Amino acid sequence: MLRIESLSAGYGEAQVLRDVSLHVAEGEVVTLVGRNGAGKSTLLRCLMGLHTQQRGLVEFLGRDLARLPTYRRARLGLGWVPDDRGIFASLSVAEHLTLAPPVGPDPWSLRRVYDTFPVLAERRRFPGTRLSGGEQQMLAMARVLRTGAQLLVCDEPTEGLAPVVVRRIGEIIREVKAHGGTVLLVEQNVHFAATVADRHYLLAEGRIAETLDNAEVRERESELLAYLGI
Amino acid sequence: MVDVTQQLFNGLVGGGFLAMLALGLAVIFGMLRVVNFAHGAFYMLGAFGAYLLLTEAGVNFWLALLIVPVGLAVVGMVLERAFVHRLTRLDPLYNFLLTFGLALILQDAVKSQYGTQSKPYSRPALLDGSLNLGLFEYPRYQVFVLVFALVVCVAVWLVLARTRVGMIIRAATERPELTRALGIDVGRWVTPVFGFGIGLAGLAGVLAAPMRAVHPAMGADLIITVFAVVVIGGLGSIFGAVVAGFAIGMVQALGNLYVPAASQILVFILMAVVLLWRPTGLFGREEVLT
Repeated sequence: MLRIESLSAGYGEAQVLRDVSLHVAEGEVVTLVGRNGAGKSTLLRCLMGLHTQQRGLVEFLGRDLARLPTYRRARLGLGWVPDDRGIFASLSVAEHLTLAPPVGPDPWSLRRVYDTFPVLAERRRFPGTRLSGGEQQMLAMARVLRTGAQLLVCDEPTEGLAPVVVRRIGEIIREVKAHGGTVLLVEQNVHFAATVADRHYLLAEGRIAETLDNAEVRERESELLAYLGI
Repeated sequence: MVDVTQQLFNGLVGGGFLAMLALGLAVIFGMLRVVNFAHGAFYMLGAFGAYLLLTEAGVNFWLALLIVPVGLAVVGMVLERAFVHRLTRLDPLYNFLLTFGLALILQDAVKSQYGTQSKPYSRPALLDGSLNLGLFEYPRYQVFVLVFALVVCVAVWLVLARTRVGMIIRAATERPELTRALGIDVGRWVTPVFGFGIGLAGLAGVLAAPMRAVHPAMGADLIITVFAVVVIGGLGSIFGAVVAGFAIGMVQALGNLYVPAASQILVFILMAVVLLWRPTGLFGREEVLT
């Protein structure tokens, strides 16, 4: 579904991504693990067309994305959940759920969103930023589920959230996967990652250092946590 | 007491002009991140447009009220496509150079053609005379301007608050990059929004023609106050621009009554105080400034 080959990108002189190659197959949940500054967010921004790639190939559903503007990438089926959650202060909760146009074959209905996230139904008239951090994260995910995006691109969805909310996010990702959805997840919380994902890429200094499966992540959890500085 | 209420009424009428101009500046800034220093020049062109339509083609006030804003909106859209959209990737200094340069060109072009003398433009017959408001007699035309400005502001607010286009403009004003990443072609709305803001300035100009002196510098005189209004209301805040517009109109009117010598600087003292108290303006949000 998603194929990235030898991707390089940077800011001015500073090279952030060097020769990164990875792939995500349909129905998979794949995480990208790495320290702060390893290039995870830059990689996702390249994917969304918010940062210019210098070299390499980014291909989604068989299409080269290089020349596609950001909004066209979203319409192809990339559902971005940004690391700051990207909730608008000037839009109500309900408006967040109608802003993005449907892009995939199977968009969630408003009813399904409200059944899954009752708290959003209760607060549908609230300005988005009046929600708590966990509720904002739910809203950011609900917003892309509403569009039916075929690949969810979640940037650290569990960061700074209470364990009960993290568990809920895990349930949602598993539900998406159970319905055949595909997720690319940037995550520092390797313990959480191992509970939701099929495979893991370890990104270090702008390169893919290792590819791990769940068993390896569990076995090396303390080593990885030490490496990630958590 | 009658003096004060009458002066407050004058302030509301003056505030109507400020609000319409500030509203245009605010939507343009929100969508394009461009501060349009030529906004006053389009207000002036609106007034001259009405004057020229009447003297050259015999087109009356009511038709001018329709034709001039639409015509200027089209001019605005052409300018946006030709020049303004190039500013997005450039240093903000070019924003100033382009729009301020444009203001000077328009102003001097009108000056060289029609001179610096004020042009007379009489009130439409329907709105001649005055209206008894209980406490005092008030010119009918001024009442019309106030009601018209309020209707325009409420209509724009309704469009922004209740329609899909309004929702897209709000989202793109707040987070343009994110809005695009959600699948919305923000670029498609940029040109119409710019044209709309310019059209609003032209509309204010037509309304000004029968009650204010029509001359080439009329926009330049007013626009400084409008910038103060936008800053006080909060950059990027539509609601703030309108509320601050009417409020500043009244502050100016009261200043004229009580401290005539300081009435011109009163607005800027107020701006300084508001900025010390709330650096993002009354209704501004921090994200807009980053």
